[in-house]
Amino acid sequence: MTTTAPLCEAAPSAGLVIRRPRRLTAAMVEERDDRSRQEPAERARVRDLALVARTRDRDAFRRLFEHYGPRVKAYLRRLGADEDAAEDLTQEVFVSIWRRAAQFDPAKASVSTWVYTIARNKRIDSLRRDRTVLGEGDELDLEVDPAPCGDAVAEFNQMSARIMRAVETLPEEQKRLLKIFYFDEKPHSTIAAELGLPLGTVKSRLRLAIGKLRALLGDDRE
Amino acid sequence: MNTELTRDDLLFEHAAGHLPEPIALVVDTHLALSAEARARFAACLALGGALLEEVEPEPLAAGAWQRLERKLERERALPRRESEPVDPRVPRPLRRLVPRGFDALPWRNLGPAQEVVLPIGPPGYRTRLLRLKAGKSVPRHTHEGHELTVVIEGGFTDVQGHHVRGDLVIADPSVEHRPIADPDGDCLCLAVTDAPLRLTGPIGRLLNPLLRI
Repeated sequence: MTTTAPLCEAAPSAGLVIRRPRRLTAAMVEERDDRSRQEPAERARVRDLALVARTRDRDAFRRLFEHYGPRVKAYLRRLGADEDAAEDLTQEVFVSIWRRAAQFDPAKASVSTWVYTIARNKRIDSLRRDRTVLGEGDELDLEVDPAPCGDAVAEFNQMSARIMRAVETLPEEQKRLLKIFYFDEKPHSTIAAELGLPLGTVKSRLRLAIGKLRALLGDDRE
Repeated sequence: MNTELTRDDLLFEHAAGHLPEPIALVVDTHLALSAEARARFAACLALGGALLEEVEPEPLAAGAWQRLERKLERERALPRRESEPVDPRVPRPLRRLVPRGFDALPWRNLGPAQEVVLPIGPPGYRTRLLRLKAGKSVPRHTHEGHELTVVIEGGFTDVQGHHVRGDLVIADPSVEHRPIADPDGDCLCLAVTDAPLRLTGPIGRLLNPLLRI
């Protein structure tokens, strides 16, 4: 636990509150370039969602389904849903997207984050529905708004751009571990066995990858 | 290496959808009450979004789009469910479990505190609302597992500091703590433990089998 480290260029957002870096570094300029490279695809998806919201545009919705449907399914399969359950839940996710398209705010989250959040919530919802006495359609109040409020928005945008970039630039192995961590919900020991690595190695590499992302978020520990 | 459980660990795990229901409830309550936590959590969700773009897509079954289109035909404007009047003091994630407000719950008296055990989650967790009377403390105790507490009303002080509405307090097995409620009002908390607590104070040790705080 450190309380001593002052803000420095290498860790622009250390500390409990996420602070805006003071000076533009080379990495940030690069990041901006990178973001503008990503923009067309994201812009197209934002536009499609807006079309769905405003005019119930089926073609736009189909484009979103074709891009995200197989990804949502892969996410659900990796987390243990069988083929049929993954198909059914993917359908539910997209009915939700159809219903809620008007609630999407591009200033607050990327389309992929928004879709991820809905898929995550649907999955948790279905797990609990299986276990409890809740009836069909008795949706749990799981709405976690992916959007921070007010002043946090600008910082959040910077932060999520940094995260997107950070994920892209992680070494392949760490990226794979992160994906396993996020999407496979396996005990670390199973991951280790599958990768043929000692358990300690998996734990420390996973910590390393998360640590890098944490540094970008501004470490929470004081 | 620091192996301590941090709030960021919880937020990451929660964004990944891995937390058991009682712990998820505590974290959701924390998120409902803290804008700062929501901003951090949003970044964890953004990581999920980034990974969703990276994941190897799995082809959908033939006819998946037609099936979805048939569902859309049946969709009308999202029906607004009549929301029952709820106690506005109850944070949203708790409303299913506390439908008629905190005061309507069957509080059990524990001397300096009152508790209600909430019926959720897999066995092995104890999920409770705790009301610590103004200025009072609960016996000194440690935990075999973790104890996660989120302050809903009022505040309390323990070895980790002063905690107020919305704060998430993580006590691991090494923390021996003796929370004292602020003097100006009762302190209402949601607490989850993943193992029975052990009372370690001189009186607590005697009470241990009787009083499970």
